[in-house]
This record gives sequence, structure tokens and C-alpha cells, in this order.
Amino acid sequence: MAEVFIYPATSLILSDLVARFGHKPLGTALSIRERIQTAGLDSPPLQMTPDDAKKGLRWAAVEVPSGVRGRMSLFGPLIDQAEAAIIVRNPEFAFGCMGCARTDELVEFLVKQKKIPILELDYPADEEEGINFVHSVKNFLTRLGGVS
Amino acid sequence: MTGETVRIAQLSCGPEYSGVQKEIYAAAEAVGAEVFFPDLSLADIKRNFRDFGLDVRSGDLKLAIARAVALVEGAADADAVFIASCFRCAEAAIVRNELRRYIHEYSKLPVVSYSFTERTTSGTLLTRMEALTTIARRRALLARERQTGLTMGVDSGSSTTKAVVMQDNEIIGTGWRPTTEVIASADDAIALALEESGVKRDDLDAVGTTGYGRFLVGEQIKADLVQEELTVNSKGAVFLADCQHGPSTVIDIGGMDNKAISVLDGIPGTFTMGGICAGASGRFLEMTAKRLGVDITELGPLAMKGMGDDVPMNSYCIVFGTQSLVNALAEGHSKENVAAAACHSVAEQVFEQQLQEIDIKEPVVMVGGTSLIQGLVRAMGNLLQTEVVVPHHSQYIGSVGAALLSSGFVEKSG
Repeated sequence: MAEVFIYPATSLILSDLVARFGHKPLGTALSIRERIQTAGLDSPPLQMTPDDAKKGLRWAAVEVPSGVRGRMSLFGPLIDQAEAAIIVRNPEFAFGCMGCARTDELVEFLVKQKKIPILELDYPADEEEGINFVHSVKNFLTRLGGVS
Repeated sequence: MTGETVRIAQLSCGPEYSGVQKEIYAAAEAVGAEVFFPDLSLADIKRNFRDFGLDVRSGDLKLAIARAVALVEGAADADAVFIASCFRCAEAAIVRNELRRYIHEYSKLPVVSYSFTERTTSGTLLTRMEALTTIARRRALLARERQTGLTMGVDSGSSTTKAVVMQDNEIIGTGWRPTTEVIASADDAIALALEESGVKRDDLDAVGTTGYGRFLVGEQIKADLVQEELTVNSKGAVFLADCQHGPSTVIDIGGMDNKAISVLDGIPGTFTMGGICAGASGRFLEMTAKRLGVDITELGPLAMKGMGDDVPMNSYCIVFGTQSLVNALAEGHSKENVAAAACHSVAEQVFEQQLQEIDIKEPVVMVGGTSLIQGLVRAMGNLLQTEVVVPHHSQYIGSVGAALLSSGFVEKSG
């Protein structure tokens, strides 16, 4: 069983796929709701404090916006822990959406720096692409040694 | 507006992850307002974002854009708008600026924007939130164009405390003291204004306070009106400059921070407050005067005689600004040229840091004590390519605004 970092970290679908194929998903498992009534699309746990933005200094320098550093205090430890990663680019809001594109860039870069197995996918635009998407995820996770 | 609670729509990116969302809530609560997030469906977000046409990448900025469109189109109800995003994020700065313009142009909603760090506190946001609620709550009072009865306004500022007595739309007495102990300075300024006007404290029909010490002084002198300086100064400025109708821009370079306010019919629409460092405030000019060995009142005429173009001066930071000042004098530049360069530097900082955040519309009115420094007014006019208006009694702007607005309470009680 591998610990697989998923991005968008809020994607329940990715989280579920990773778990189904016998691995441990590393994500934040927040659901994207049909109606958005919070500050952000990926509103964080309520206990976030200004100290979290300071903890994020481990992954991003002080000149990086505080919102990126605050996010990194959540995602940074998950990346450190990851043995593999699945990154989906340009996902639909409903699939799981991260609020900050600058964090997306940094997360993707840091994951690649780790030299771990990574599956990068574009979000599928139609059913056929959707089927290929799931196949790609399945093949990737199977190669990692999970349940086939 | 529901009852007395002002509903402020928040359009933002990053405050939760920066740990400052609770500070925003606290600032709003302190002024009797409620911050909320316009409720949108995912389909609304996609449609509004596409229609707006600014193709940013960050999901939360897309959400902010979609919410702004919903507010302008009336799909969501609010009394005011607060736009906030992370300091140093270029993508967010573009969105913040365009949303502020869009809301200002296409709705009547007062709007303020702010870029935060994790160090932002509710205290920093308080005056901005108070101004938003004042505009929403006291629109009728802010529409007042004439002072009536016998009223007094007191402006307890960070550097100076000013008092003005007005009767039947005329200023009849003024008082000015440096701010040391807040209440004592206010008492002195009030005594001077009362003495000059020849009236007694008990004769006054109403009193208003503004400025940093407004709450303390307001409580002490039992003021009828206690109101932040953004709305009060705007009102005082358009009253004295006789531009109460139509658009105008008010610039107040203060001792501690600066205000730039885009005004329509005497009511602020967008405004910024602050400044990165005292190097962009009147404090730097005070230091310059001291270093040049002249009184602050002599700095303006001195600067008018000089040409600052050849003197390198950058007061982005007051420490670096002071270094430039010392270096310029050591290099043999004249006092006149150094004074002109200092004025240009302060005007340039305000222009670059704050005036980019509001729509500059003529007439541009400069107020506050620094508006008496002619060199600074000239420098600002050169930067804005316009003739800057400095009304009479411009240094008493907050007191005049407070005396004018507090006369709204004369008629109420009468």
C-alpha cells in the first residue's frame, strides 16, 4: 500500500479511487457543494490561525502571499509524506477545486521535486475521456502494487 | 438594510488560509455590521465568471468575480462590499482593482478593498469597516449640504487636534493644538475655538468628533456624532471646495496615514487608507523641515523656490528617505531643492501606493495640514496632471465635516 497525494486535495472522487485500489489517499477530503456559501471554494478547517501561515514558511518564503503559505501548512506535510501522487489539471469545480492557482503551481513543483511516481492528467471533457481517465488512474495505482 | 445591521458582502481570496477571517468578522461586528458571502450555485459561478471576461486561474478569484457580478446584477443583496486578497499576489491585485472599479461604476454600493498578511488585525480594518457602515447607514445624513444652528466639530488626529465652531453655514471659530494627551489636547483646541467664536460650550446645539481619538473625546464631551474620518473628511472637503454635486477626489496626506477617497455627490464610493510607511506621510515632511532647520510652515514656500528633479530622493521607507535627505545635503544640494524633492517623494509614494486604487476624477481636492505645504500640492498636481484644489480652512477639514454633519442632530432634536 502506498501513500498517494491527490491534487486537487479536496477531490472525493480521487480520494475514493485511491482507496478502492488499495492505497492510502493523502488529501483534505472536503466536499465541493452545489452551493458555495463560504469564503472560498476550498474553505479550510475553521481552526486555521495566522500561525499556520508562519508554519508554511517551511515550504514557501516570506515574500510568498500569506494565503499560499497557509495552504502549504496543510499540503506541505502531505507532500512530505507522499510515496506517489496523482495530479489533475484544470478540474471542474464539482470534481474538487483548489482556490489558489499560485499554490497549485508550487504544489505541483514540490511534488515533482520528490522524484516519486506521478500521474498527471487533464480533467476529462467527455465520456470517452472520462473512461480513459479512470483507466489511467487504475493502471497507475495497480502498478504501485495495490488491489487489482 | 435589515434593521440596524449593515450587511457587508465579502469578496476575497486567501483570508481563511491566512488565518485572518476571524479578524474581518471581529472588525465588522465592532461596528454593528455582518460580513457574509453571497450564496451562488456552481452554475452561477461559471456563468458570471465567463461573462465578466477576466480570465484568472485561481478558483477563489473566479468566485469573487462571480459574486461581484451577482451583487451588481441584483442577484445577491448587500449594503456594502469588502474586497480582500493576499498582499503581494499580482493575480489578486488585478482582480481586486477591477472588481472595485466594476462595483463602483455599475452599482451604488460603497466598496473598500484591502490586501492582508497574516499579521492583519481587526484594529487595522476597523476604520474601513466603520466607513462602509456609515455610508450604508447614514446616507441621508451624508447628503446634508448646509450646516445649520450652532455646532462644533473636533478632529482628534494623530499629529494635531483641531476644533471648529460653525453657525449658519459659516466658520466662526477655530482651534488647533499638537496632539499630546488626547483629551487635554482636545480640551485646549475646543477652548481656542470657543474663545475665537465668542460662544460658550453650553450654547452649542450639537457636537461631532472624528479622527483617531474620536471615541475617547466623543465620550468625554458627550458628542452627538462620533464618526470615522473617511466619510467626515470627504464631506468637509466637498463642502469647503464647493463641489458637493458630481464626482470629486479627496486626498488627505496625514501625519500617520493617508486617505484617498473617490467621492460622488459628497458620499465616498471607493477609498483607500494607509500607506506602507511614514515615508509617504506628513511625518517625513516634518522630519525634512527639522533636518533643514526650518519650521514646517516654511517648508512649502521653500519647496516652491526649488527644483527637486536633480535630487535623488525615495521615501518609500522613512529610514531610506532620511538617508536620501542626509546624502542630498552632503552632496551640496540647496535647501530649496531638497525641500522640493522631499515633497515630490511623498506625493510620488501616495500616487504609487494609493491613488492607483481609486478612480481619480476632477476636481482633486487636497485637505489636512499637509495641504498647506504648497510644494507638496504642486508635486501632486504635477503627478496627476491637474490643478489641485486646496479649499480655505483645509487643515480643519475633519472638524468642519464633523460640525456640518452634527448639525443633522440639531434638526432631529429641534
